[in-house]
Amino acid sequence: MAALTEKVLTRNIGLDDQHDIDAAVGRGAYSRLATALKLAPEAIVEEVKKSGLRGRGGAGFPTGLKWTFMPKETTKPRYLVVNADESEPGTFKDRMLMERDPHMCLEGMIISAYAMKASLIFIYIRGEFVLGWKRLDQAIAAARAKGYLGRNILGSGYDVDIILHRGAGAYICGEETALMESLEGKRGYPRLKPPFPATFGVYGNPTTINNVETLACVSFIVERGADWFAGIGREKNTGPKLYCLSGHVARPGVYETETGIPFRTLFEEHAGGLLDRKRTLKAVIPGGSSAPVMTAAECDDLPMDFDSLAAKGSMLGSAGVMIMDDSVCMVRALARVLKFYAHESCGQCTPCRIGSDWIYRIVKRIEDGGGTPGDLETLFSVCDGMVGKTICVFADAAALPARSFVNKFRHEFTDHISMKGCPMTRTARV
Amino acid sequence: MSEHLQTGIEFARAGKGLSDETLRKIDEAIARYPSKQSALLPALWLAQKEQGFCSLEAQAQVADKIGVSPAFVAGVVSFYTMYHTKPVGRHVVDICTTVSCWLRGADELVQHVEDRLGIKVGETTRDGRITLRTVECLGSCGTAPMCQIDDDYHENLTFDAADRVLDGLR
Repeated sequence: MAALTEKVLTRNIGLDDQHDIDAAVGRGAYSRLATALKLAPEAIVEEVKKSGLRGRGGAGFPTGLKWTFMPKETTKPRYLVVNADESEPGTFKDRMLMERDPHMCLEGMIISAYAMKASLIFIYIRGEFVLGWKRLDQAIAAARAKGYLGRNILGSGYDVDIILHRGAGAYICGEETALMESLEGKRGYPRLKPPFPATFGVYGNPTTINNVETLACVSFIVERGADWFAGIGREKNTGPKLYCLSGHVARPGVYETETGIPFRTLFEEHAGGLLDRKRTLKAVIPGGSSAPVMTAAECDDLPMDFDSLAAKGSMLGSAGVMIMDDSVCMVRALARVLKFYAHESCGQCTPCRIGSDWIYRIVKRIEDGGGTPGDLETLFSVCDGMVGKTICVFADAAALPARSFVNKFRHEFTDHISMKGCPMTRTARV
Repeated sequence: MSEHLQTGIEFARAGKGLSDETLRKIDEAIARYPSKQSALLPALWLAQKEQGFCSLEAQAQVADKIGVSPAFVAGVVSFYTMYHTKPVGRHVVDICTTVSCWLRGADELVQHVEDRLGIKVGETTRDGRITLRTVECLGSCGTAPMCQIDDDYHENLTFDAADRVLDGLR
């Protein structure tokens, strides 16, 4: 298991002309597509399985295994849906890839579609990403004109095209079944599973949904082999990984390292440590705001990978690493986190519709000085009524962080209640 | 044609409908998809591009094109935050206030912009120039605080930088 010694996904990110197809091709774009089209689709699936690649969108599900769920024999069209609805607070890696290197994104999608024998690719990009949408739109037209997309790609006999679909502002549409509903022209309500998308996806046809970064990795697995990919990172947590650092950090941004880099190395060596050196690190949300919060002590030398974070009761999620120094009031921070979920609950399931708003109001009331001794008990009781009791995991994504903030910083909540307000002075807190 | 669709068309005729150009583009969008209804979001984007918001008249015309009821379209419009159901200013300023932006001073930025424009969040300046909103995470957390103005992101905002951008809006 080795560290990443070069940039892979981000190596052309800093160049100003990389979105231009001629410039991108000059730097190797679509050469991996040519390689892939000479292989049998099943061989690519096998290679991706062997690489250990896990989904970069949040769940960390093994990508190759997911692909094998697609039916082997079917008369229906098969679809690849690209989840470019990057909306998890703290996450901004896919936006960068699409804006700065759209052809690398497309190449991975086309190779993956070929591996799954898909006849059509849908890219669902969030409505706010106008630049990314324009860049992808231009890139798709350019790729089509050059024969990397469309009929008989590079003389291989394989046909596939891309429909670029723009969302219109709804966090829940990042949930794969809500995304499919939205793609079908409806409100983004998650579907009950089963049936899973591989058997009943878009228009009821076999569908696989993958994240932008996940698909970008596939090109390089084809180019360099599964062993190369599997040799980077840690066991079962392999390959290059994009980490998004934000909050109270000296150099916020996207960092590409091996999966499972220790938190301290990522935070101190790559991102320059705390924004204000006189302060101390207080808390870290390691995987987007749906990931339970961790104390500074818990993070320290912890490998930032799927399994290590899960073992600590949190998750790598979309690798949106949010840094909080000791100026932050954790009650106020939780109120800010929960306001997001109260706003974004789609309203389909009662425990989530009522619960996400309820827990927000409880925490806001505690922060504002109106908390009562029974409030934390009520908060936990509402959380219990949410976790695992809804169609999708949105309710869990609101309730689990709520529990973690209270469990790990309980004295701040009880102090707020007993002192009828925030003990931190106006100037000391954010 | 079902009864509710006829009602929708009559309603559309009563108000300001979409131009032939936009209706033609909606047909093009429909042709791009394997299923007509998938063109609903693109059609609403086209309607909003022409009118600045999704008027009830436009919604009825879109419903007719897609083959669903105006009520169904209204249900979709209200689900997504980026569709406006009422006229907005010539520019819409959306300031992100979610966790990472909040940690980097988004609340103070909102306060500053409110003072600068003399309006509160949710309001439009009297001259119809700017509508100010706060929004949830725009996926620009590494360059916080930030805002989206119409199609463009403005990142790493200081008060001065925000003033310059706002003053430049006509």
